[in-house]
Amino acid sequence: MGEKRVGEQTIAFKNPPSIISTAAIAGPKEGEGPLRDYYDVILQDDLFGEESWEKAESKMQKEAVRLALEKLKIDEKDIDYIFAGDLLNQLMASSLAARDYKIPFFGLYGACSTLTESMSLASMAVDGGYADYVIASTSSHFCSAERQFRFPLEHGNQRPPTSQWTVTGAGAAVISSKGNGPYITYVTTGRVVDFGIKDANNMGAAMAPAAADTILRHFKDTGRTNKDYDLIITGDLGKVGMELTLDILKKQGFDMSTNYSDCGVKVFDLTQQDVHSGGSGCGCSAIVFCGYLYKQIMEGNLNKILLISTGALLSPTSTMQGESIPGIAHAVAIERGV
Amino acid sequence: MEHTNEERLKKEFQDMVKKSAPSSNFLKDCLAAFVVGGFICVIGQFVMNFFIGLGIPKEDVGYYVATIMVFLGAFLTGLGVYDNIGKFAGAGSIVPITGFSNSIVAPAMEFKREGFVFGVGAKMFVIAGPVLVYGISSSVIVGIIYYIINLFK
Repeated sequence: MGEKRVGEQTIAFKNPPSIISTAAIAGPKEGEGPLRDYYDVILQDDLFGEESWEKAESKMQKEAVRLALEKLKIDEKDIDYIFAGDLLNQLMASSLAARDYKIPFFGLYGACSTLTESMSLASMAVDGGYADYVIASTSSHFCSAERQFRFPLEHGNQRPPTSQWTVTGAGAAVISSKGNGPYITYVTTGRVVDFGIKDANNMGAAMAPAAADTILRHFKDTGRTNKDYDLIITGDLGKVGMELTLDILKKQGFDMSTNYSDCGVKVFDLTQQDVHSGGSGCGCSAIVFCGYLYKQIMEGNLNKILLISTGALLSPTSTMQGESIPGIAHAVAIERGV
Repeated sequence: MEHTNEERLKKEFQDMVKKSAPSSNFLKDCLAAFVVGGFICVIGQFVMNFFIGLGIPKEDVGYYVATIMVFLGAFLTGLGVYDNIGKFAGAGSIVPITGFSNSIVAPAMEFKREGFVFGVGAKMFVIAGPVLVYGISSSVIVGIIYYIINLFK
């Protein structure tokens, strides 16, 4: 067994890496949401001066990386790796963005779980001694995700109340061996969990068992409970998935009703913004963490959080072939001091 | 043993999801579909009466009405209005011919960036294609049945 492993799925870092900088870029609708004061940039329009939504998404990711580095006053060439991903085929947004910076690049697909997936791998690279500065970045765009997974935008159809709204946004975090926190202390890597949900309009339900599985596994591996955290926050389960997760965890003896939330619920005003169950997409946990949560930790309003980005690993093809939706969730424990 | 336990958990969870999932407001959706769908038909009727008033023969007037309604659907899609109507009316604006027009124009607009051949041309019938395939196929089948029945008259 690896010397830094605890339990079955968790790593406890010997020299916890610091998140030394973040940047978040949000779309116009997100910019009207409750967390609008925490984003670095809010787009005026969905196209961001580009000619297609995919290119706009790519530009958002590039800008997020640029801003995160600008805050540090370190140069691109000091960065050892970038771990990045998005929702598009062949990771178009991340790859096109990475074309413009000269940083060794790992492209990741974890659907909407990509933020904590990239943060996990970045932390491992840093604690393992393979790198001093690593960037984790992700993006999603409502319009590019719609055309990839659903209907053309102008098509007049109705969404069911369980559906979610893909967040237009990008976030980047710089993870380093040098720095004074906030520290990444543990990562719990999720297993693919599929409880047989086939409704692509109810991804919250499809991902809830994966989220619960990873949270329970994290507790078991580390010996921690929900009481050890100021906030436990999932990536994009939305209202429906969040309630299901609470239910599952309660049955397992963890009452998390006071310190549990979901980025998809936080990012929009569910009563006013017509997003049904809440936000989703890689950008969802990216802008909530890189914008809101990171600043809350830096200001001392939060000391210890467990961030669990959640992904629905479906493809349009798997849905058409009648497959159920595999879910995944990766947990990252972030603490102000160690 | 382990396996059956997992199956039971899955079953339990699926029941839980069914119970907890908020359902659409059935009555409100039906009413919206009824009113908007009906309104589109009323517009169609106006157009029809207008052309009959111009002296277009009754058997031809359907083509004129269809042309105008398809244009209206496409026009409102182009203006970015039809998706909002659809969000409110659901089937009420999908089922009439204006909805058919919307389902062709929407992907045509969306995929313009991929070029006119592999974008617009290839993707235009992404939604309407199945309707055309099965619409035309069933009309052929009905035609054959009609022909056979007439043989025995």
